[in-house]
Amino acid sequence: MDIVSNAPRPDGPAPQVGDVEPYQTLDYDVLVIGAGGAGLRAAIEAASAGVRVAVVSKSLLGKAHTVMAEGGMAAALANVHPDDSWEVHYGDTMRGGQRINQYRMAELHAKEAPDRVYELERWGALFDRTPDGRIMQRAFGAHTYNRLCHVGDRTGLELIRTLQDRAVHAGIDFFMETTMTRLLKDGDRVAGAFGYRRADGSFMLFRSKAVVLASGGWGRIYRVTSNSWESTGDGVAMAFEAGAELMDAEFVQFHPTGMVWPPGVRGILVTEAVRGEGGYLYNSEHKRFMLEYDPKKKELSSRDVVARSIYKEVQAGRGSQHGGAYLDITHRGADYIKRKLPSMHEQFLTLADVDITKEPMEVAPTVHYAMGGVRVEPETEATTIPGLFAAGEVAAGLHGSNRLGGNSLTDLLVFGRRAGMAAAQFVQSHAESLRIDETDIALEQDLLLRPLRRGEGENPYAVHEALQNIMAEQVGIKRDEDGLRQGLSSIQELRVRSMNIGVRGDRIFNPGWHMARDDIFMLTVAEAITRAAIERRESRGAHWRIDFPEQDSELGRVNFVVRKRGDGMEVEPVPTPQPGVQLRELLNV
Amino acid sequence: MSSKATNATVAAEASDASSDTAIEETVFRVFRSSDGGGEMVEYRVPAVPGMVVLDAMHWIQAHVDGDLAVRWNCKAAKCGSCSAEINGMPRLMCKTRLDAFEGQEIWVQPMRTFPLIKDLVTDVQWNYEVNREIPAFTPPSDAESPWIIHQEDVSRLYEFRKCIECFLCQDVCHVLRDKDQKSRYYGPRFMVREAYLSMHPMDTVDRTRGIKEDAGVSRCNITKCCTDVCPEHIHITDNAIIPLKERVVDEYYDPILWLKRKLSG
Repeated sequence: MDIVSNAPRPDGPAPQVGDVEPYQTLDYDVLVIGAGGAGLRAAIEAASAGVRVAVVSKSLLGKAHTVMAEGGMAAALANVHPDDSWEVHYGDTMRGGQRINQYRMAELHAKEAPDRVYELERWGALFDRTPDGRIMQRAFGAHTYNRLCHVGDRTGLELIRTLQDRAVHAGIDFFMETTMTRLLKDGDRVAGAFGYRRADGSFMLFRSKAVVLASGGWGRIYRVTSNSWESTGDGVAMAFEAGAELMDAEFVQFHPTGMVWPPGVRGILVTEAVRGEGGYLYNSEHKRFMLEYDPKKKELSSRDVVARSIYKEVQAGRGSQHGGAYLDITHRGADYIKRKLPSMHEQFLTLADVDITKEPMEVAPTVHYAMGGVRVEPETEATTIPGLFAAGEVAAGLHGSNRLGGNSLTDLLVFGRRAGMAAAQFVQSHAESLRIDETDIALEQDLLLRPLRRGEGENPYAVHEALQNIMAEQVGIKRDEDGLRQGLSSIQELRVRSMNIGVRGDRIFNPGWHMARDDIFMLTVAEAITRAAIERRESRGAHWRIDFPEQDSELGRVNFVVRKRGDGMEVEPVPTPQPGVQLRELLNV
Repeated sequence: MSSKATNATVAAEASDASSDTAIEETVFRVFRSSDGGGEMVEYRVPAVPGMVVLDAMHWIQAHVDGDLAVRWNCKAAKCGSCSAEINGMPRLMCKTRLDAFEGQEIWVQPMRTFPLIKDLVTDVQWNYEVNREIPAFTPPSDAESPWIIHQEDVSRLYEFRKCIECFLCQDVCHVLRDKDQKSRYYGPRFMVREAYLSMHPMDTVDRTRGIKEDAGVSRCNITKCCTDVCPEHIHITDNAIIPLKERVVDEYYDPILWLKRKLSG
């Protein structure tokens, strides 16, 4: 089932070693790429082990995509429902992911999430409370019990601010607005990363004995997305280029409820907490259509099911005024809504002139999360490259084919901590010094500088938009073989165009120049998604093939791995590890 | 002030291509920096319903000047990255709709209180240094976890935790903006942080001296400009700064406490 493509190479001669431009060199034990929940948690853990830690982030501290998480963090504290337990949480996660999750990750996550929540509280985080003063938990899609610890609808902000304020006192060095574009290796081992400072475009080399990728997802390859600009798949693409294996790339989560109108706000997230707090979905005939699609869980079915249901209603001509569904929470009363969903209230009032205490919202699916990413070892988050670890959205495995709401924030903490710990241990047991090959630096500088040297050429924004159109049309919520193959060839044509991107201006905070490199990352990710989506000839979780509408039991026991071969990309099915008897029984409840 | 000759043509083409109905143009004047200075440059942007200023900046990047420097992230008013001065008012670009300025030109300038990096992007590093100065949240070492905290405490503190660190309050604060006393006053954002920490039921640090000496709370002269520009509607002056000022007054200028301190050395 291998597929190999022949990606075109940049035009012109390969650079010579002598061509290297000046760059700053910094030495650390552990380099963490990304300062969202996973990166900060990893950095705190590594620093507590006594190793020297640097964190680089593309944005300012505290602005990472984690800040946009709204509804809550899933952990079986059993504060609201005494029957909840890690076993039930584990079962929900595995069923939600259609059982191709890495079961050991789901087990570790369910067992450790409560500790990570209480730890966050000890570090200063606030959570809404039960009447007796314990952490309150709200209902969420496909969680058996009320499980999401939250503070209003801004749980991500609370999480990131708490970690940020903890991390600045932990002896960690921060490099804000710094973009890493290439992982460097010494032989098989990771040896650091190279990139640039956004403010002045100067080049930076981080030499480090271990690297933790915590660079998030890739939602920006789609036009309608809840993701911030940062989600361009850099980490996944860098890991792939360095030879790491990717997994489950075909599974892209469409969140059922993104804003629809006005056009300027299309795709902005409407938290699942609206449904968790009792919101109903209606079609244009004022029918609660989820009663038909999932009579048991109704509006709180898993995200893949709700997203497809809204999509089908719109396709059947029963959509809302602007092509979505109506989401109505007005029956809970203005006071309750303003207390439990304050940022939703504000968001609709200012951006859409809709008062959600008085009228329904219009919502439609929006690209939200990548279940796939870099393949990791469940206990340590070690990738297939020695010294390279990955945690959070950039890593694959916990969520299988569909992530449950609320599992992402605890994912960041549980596996961020484990990755930080493992990276520090790796450093302590691999003391030998590493050599950086100047040729790699010359190659990366060349790739970065070509668009500037070229000046006039393909517009990097136009290339991005073209990719978003391909992904929306051919690799979207509904897929088939012909469309995917067409999408793949369009991506390859676009890759040729991307070799001729030209940008004007200089290296000082030049977004066009930044976009030129991001385009290349995004094209790599898009190709990986499309190739894996072609191979999975069944429908499972977020991956909906209209030419193969049913699940295939054979494919239900494999994950697709994507790796570099030569200049191309190969896809290979690998057996999904199967849980032992005890864990298996938890799935049959 | 200069104008981009190509802009009108680009906008016209865009409107021809996208629909039959005439699309209205909005005139923007955006600060573009150059060596040692800068100027307001005119752009004509086709407006779509619900468009916000940040959308217009993105349109300019994609169609006219790809190197226009804008800091942004979530485009959903949750991260506080895209702060700028719009028609003279400090605001988030992602939350400022064009239809709020119907018929007017829209001027977009960088925050003035911080050093300029380029165009609309300023160097806000100082704020992160201040944050590091504030002693960390420190619960009692023997407190048994999980904690019992009541909703009233959470609700009271929640207002302070809504802060998205957009630094618009810092931008508008007279002490920082006009007097440039950054070495003597942490600014409203960090009064909010100090208020959160000092009112947290589990924090054990005595913060009053730091709030007086290091944070310089008395520098604030209560003009409430910070409260006016806060996109999260935090009552910065009334709920954070004034209680902190009162705390300092109680501790330092209460004659009985003063005497007690004198006697106990």
